[in-house]
Amino acid sequence: MALSSLEMEALRLSLQVALWAIGVSLPLGIAMAWVLVRKTFPGRILLDGIVHLPLIVPPVVVGYLLLVIMGRRGLVGAWLWDTFQISIAFSWQGAAAAAGVMAFPLLVRSIRQELEAVDPKLEQAACTLGARPFVVFVTVTLPLIVPGILTGAILAFARCLGEFGATITFVSNIPGETRTLPLALYTAVQSPGGEGAALRLVMISVALALGALITSEYLTRRTRK
Amino acid sequence: MSTSPALHVAIKHQVGSFKLQAEFSAAPGLTAFFGRSGSGKTTLVNLIAGLATPGAGRIEVGDDVLFDANKGINVSPERRRVGYVFQEDRLFPHMTVRGNLTYGQRFRNKATRYHYLDDVTDLLDVGALLDRRPAGLSGGERQRVAIGRALLSSPDILLMDEPLASLDSARKSQILPFIERLRDDVGIPIVYVSHAIDEVVRLADTMVIMDNGSTVAAGPVEDIMSRLDLRPLTGRYEAGAVFRVRVAGQDKTYGLTELAFPGGRLWVPALDQPLGYKMRMRIRARDVSLSLSRPLDSSFLNIVEGKVMEIRSEAGPQTDILVDVGTPLIARVTRKSVAAMRLRPGTKVFALIKAAAIDRHAMGLGGTRQRHKS
Repeated sequence: MALSSLEMEALRLSLQVALWAIGVSLPLGIAMAWVLVRKTFPGRILLDGIVHLPLIVPPVVVGYLLLVIMGRRGLVGAWLWDTFQISIAFSWQGAAAAAGVMAFPLLVRSIRQELEAVDPKLEQAACTLGARPFVVFVTVTLPLIVPGILTGAILAFARCLGEFGATITFVSNIPGETRTLPLALYTAVQSPGGEGAALRLVMISVALALGALITSEYLTRRTRK
Repeated sequence: MSTSPALHVAIKHQVGSFKLQAEFSAAPGLTAFFGRSGSGKTTLVNLIAGLATPGAGRIEVGDDVLFDANKGINVSPERRRVGYVFQEDRLFPHMTVRGNLTYGQRFRNKATRYHYLDDVTDLLDVGALLDRRPAGLSGGERQRVAIGRALLSSPDILLMDEPLASLDSARKSQILPFIERLRDDVGIPIVYVSHAIDEVVRLADTMVIMDNGSTVAAGPVEDIMSRLDLRPLTGRYEAGAVFRVRVAGQDKTYGLTELAFPGGRLWVPALDQPLGYKMRMRIRARDVSLSLSRPLDSSFLNIVEGKVMEIRSEAGPQTDILVDVGTPLIARVTRKSVAAMRLRPGTKVFALIKAAAIDRHAMGLGGTRQRHKS
């Protein structure tokens, strides 16, 4: 069972999109989880809701909103284009953005759960020992939430690999640029005689997802020791 | 040590409906915050540590102003140089004992460090635990590591908030000697929060009594413990006077030790301490009786002459009487006896103390060896 170059391309693109999405959203996710757990401010519940939105609205809605905001004539996208001639619409970066936004709630939820279990009293203790707030975070808080970060990152990675609706709405289905595994599978199913390709793509997807899950389980067990 | 107080606090603070008002100065050595739970002891310690900010007032440690509302000074907790030993040990679970101990060290430059890992592991006997994780330690071990961690941050003051509260009495008696060593060997002021009068008498030089959010009295332990007006707070049943004594002789035949205090001598069951050894002991008021003449044929071993200073007027059948026997002593007698003996301030009396009644547990053994020269 050999993969065609188009299928290889889809696999490579999927991994690239997912890794970039996680790489960029991980620091943001940690910061967001910290803000949601440790800070009280007006609008916190609203912010919490917005973060979780991609989990509950149809992915197409997220894709459409991304298009409205980040598209070349979008609210932010137009400014980006006019000032820097940068646009993420219809590019693999756009696919990464769509995947990142969709996976963000999963990332934040895992980290947040772990962060809620960290006793602020430990942070207080570090503080009385002479550590500045940032040092407290790096030396006490961060090491204690590593399991949550790992689980969150792997869950989010799997979610990125599976992203379909937001991606196709925001960046379309361009071979070699935005046609990730699910989009390639969709294309194969739509075209006559594509059953063989579809089966191979399904097997790749299942293998990747299972691999991610098993890795997550293994890492969590190791770090909890 | 300098002549300025080791710790000076004059603050007002409000959390919700709870008002805290504290004003006292503490001499070098160990200062105990004593009071019922809910009296504001922990809040006060948190304010000194900078974990909460008072509404008004001033906090000084030695010559350093940590907080002054009028001058807008509020040193952040990480720069206050306070070593805080919390009620729960709060050890970092992801670090080894060594990692925990040295955590605070890295934030002090070498020139201002005055404690070293070896000294502290010796002092607290935690050398064998260095490579272990806090989760595998016993309660007493964890608390000792927590004390070591605070010390190694080279603090200007050590704050201990009921460090023994979570331990059973066997563990407590294991840790108490370590705290005495800290007090005698380390030489930085220590604040020790407790609601156990035994611990306070054994450990403290200065005592600050808190009630309902206010500091109601502060001063040397002996003075505070002999104040009859503070009885309701220092505890009626366990009321007693605190003596500074010195081992003056051993009687091998009868298994007794002779102790000298400024007004005379006392005999107690044999103590295994050298001649001249100084310590502090508490004599409970309920173990002291009074007589107008020296009883010649009684079983009382300790009879000391003194003068009535103060008679506490109380509603119950018994009352506490402060007697000056060269040092303040408190006797608990019935009001009927007070009337029958016509006791009033100035009356010459003999205080009868049962040797066996001297509370050995409350004696600050080794406590005052180094700092009180006389």
